[in-house]
Amino acid sequence: MSSELRVPGPGSVERRQHAFRRYLGIYAALWKNSVVREMGFKANFLLWIVVELLWFGLQLAFIVVIYQHTESIGDWSKWEVVLLVGASHFIQQIFQAFFLSNCVQISEYIRTGKLDFMLLLPINTRFIVSLRHVDLGGFVNAVSSVAVMVYALKQLDYVPSSVQIVGFLLLVMAGVLVHYSLMFLLASISFWTVRAQGIVWGYYSLFNIARLPDAAFRGFFKTFFTFAVPMLLVANVPAKLLADELDSPMDMLLLLGMAVACMVISELGWRFSMKHYTSASS
Amino acid sequence: MRKYWHVINIGIQNTLVYRVNFLFRALFGLIPLMAVISLWRAVYEGKDTDVRGYTLAQMISYYLVVTIVDLFTAVSEDDWQIAGDIKDGNISQFLLKPIDYLTYRLCLFGAGRLIYTAVASVPVALFIVVQRKYFVLPADWATLSWFVLSMALTALLQFFLSYTLALMAFWLLEVSTLIFIVFAFEYIAGGHLFPLDILPPALAKALFLTPFPYQMFFPVSIYVGKTTGAGLYQGLLIQALWVVAAYGLARFAWQRGVRKYSAVGG
Repeated sequence: MSSELRVPGPGSVERRQHAFRRYLGIYAALWKNSVVREMGFKANFLLWIVVELLWFGLQLAFIVVIYQHTESIGDWSKWEVVLLVGASHFIQQIFQAFFLSNCVQISEYIRTGKLDFMLLLPINTRFIVSLRHVDLGGFVNAVSSVAVMVYALKQLDYVPSSVQIVGFLLLVMAGVLVHYSLMFLLASISFWTVRAQGIVWGYYSLFNIARLPDAAFRGFFKTFFTFAVPMLLVANVPAKLLADELDSPMDMLLLLGMAVACMVISELGWRFSMKHYTSASS
Repeated sequence: MRKYWHVINIGIQNTLVYRVNFLFRALFGLIPLMAVISLWRAVYEGKDTDVRGYTLAQMISYYLVVTIVDLFTAVSEDDWQIAGDIKDGNISQFLLKPIDYLTYRLCLFGAGRLIYTAVASVPVALFIVVQRKYFVLPADWATLSWFVLSMALTALLQFFLSYTLALMAFWLLEVSTLIFIVFAFEYIAGGHLFPLDILPPALAKALFLTPFPYQMFFPVSIYVGKTTGAGLYQGLLIQALWVVAAYGLARFAWQRGVRKYSAVGG
C-alpha cells in the first residue's frame, strides 16, 4: 500500500530503473519505425547493400594490388591488412547502422527549425537526435565484413580464443563510440554555420585512415591521429588483438581511454551548443 | 549567347555561398591523400626497386596530380541537383523557356568548378609545397599543354556521363544508388585508387576498353610522363571520341526522358 504513495526521489534506483525502461520502450518503437520505413522501399534497401559491398570490395582490391608489389607494409603482412580492412568496415557499418544518418541530419534539423520540435519532446534531446533512425543495411553489411575477417584469419592460420573475441567486440564498441562522438561533435558545429553537412561528410574521409595499418605512419601525422583524433587506434587495436599481434595491453587501454575522452568532449560540446541555440523558425 | 553568361554569373554567385564548405571539404580531402602517400612510402621503404617503372616521386606525384585533376573536373553536386529537378518537377520551366537544359547545366558545372578550384587550390597548393621533394614537374611545355587539353576532355566526359546518369531519374524513383555504383567503378577503374599501369597488363588493357581510364588516369599519366608519343595522340583521339559518344548519349537520354516526363508536382 504505502509503496504506491511513496514518490521516488530524483536519482533514486527505482526512478532510474523506470527511466531506463521508458527509454528502452521508446527505442524499441524507433526500431519498429525504421524497419517499416526500410521495408517500404525494398529495392532501394537492397541496392544500398550492393553499393556498400562494392565499396568494401574496392578497398580490398586496393590492398591486393599493393601487395602485388610488396611483401609487407611495416610489420603488416597482406592477410593482416585484409583483417584490418575487415575490422574497420565492421566498425564503420555498426556505426552507420546506429548513428551515421542521424548525425548527418542534425544540420538539417537546425536549418529547418525541426530541432524546436525535438526540444519540446519530454525526452533527452541528444537521445532522440542520435538514435532516431536505425539503418538496417549496416547490420547486413557488417556480416560481409565478418566473413572477410574469418577468411583472413584462416589465411593467417590463427584461431582467436574466446577471450580475444570478447575483447575484440568490446574494442569495436569503443571504436564505434569514438566515431559517434567525433561525428556528433562536428555535427554540433551546424549550430553556428548552417551548411555543416559538408563538414560531417568530411569526417567520412577519416574512415579512410582507420583501415590503414598504423605502421605506415610516423611523425606528426601518427601522433595526431592517435592522440588527438584516434583514427589509427579505432580499427588497428581490435584487429591486432584478434590476430594476436598486440605488442602490449597498453594499446587497448589507450583506445578505451580515448573513447571515454571523446565522449566527454562531445557531450560538453553539445551542451555548449544547446546553450547558444536560437531557433531558425519564427 | 548572352543568356548563358548570366547563368554562369548566377552559378558563381550561388556557389560562392558555400566557399567555407568547399574549404573544409578540400582540407579533409588532404587527410586520405596524406595517408595514401605515407602508405606508398612505407611500401617503397621495404624494397629497393621501383613499382612497375614508378619511382617513389612519380608515385606520390601521381596522387597529387589526381587531386589537381579532381579539383577541376569532379562532378560534385550537379548530378544530385539534376535528379532533384526532375523529381520535383522543376524541369518543367526549362521545357517552356528558350533555354537548353544541357548547356544551362554545363554552365553551372563550369561555374561551380571555377569557384571550387579557386577556394581549394590554396590548401592543395600548400600541401604540394610541403611535398615538393616528391613533386615531379612535366617534362616540357608540350607535355603540360597536352595534359591541360586532356584534363578539359576529362571534365566534359565526367559531366556528360553524370548528366546522363542523373537523367535516369526520368525512369527511376531513386537514382542515388545508381550514381554511387557507377562512382565506385569510376573510382577504381578510373585510377583514383592507384595508377592503372601497376595492374597486371591484361587487366589494364581490358580497362582501357571502357571510358573509365579517360575520366582520370589518362591525363595524369600524360603529366607524369607515362603516356608519350604515338600513345598520347591515339589516347587523346579515343578520349575525344568518348566525349562525343557521351554527349550523344546525354542528348538521346534527354529526348527520351522528356517524352516520358509527367511533371510531378509541377
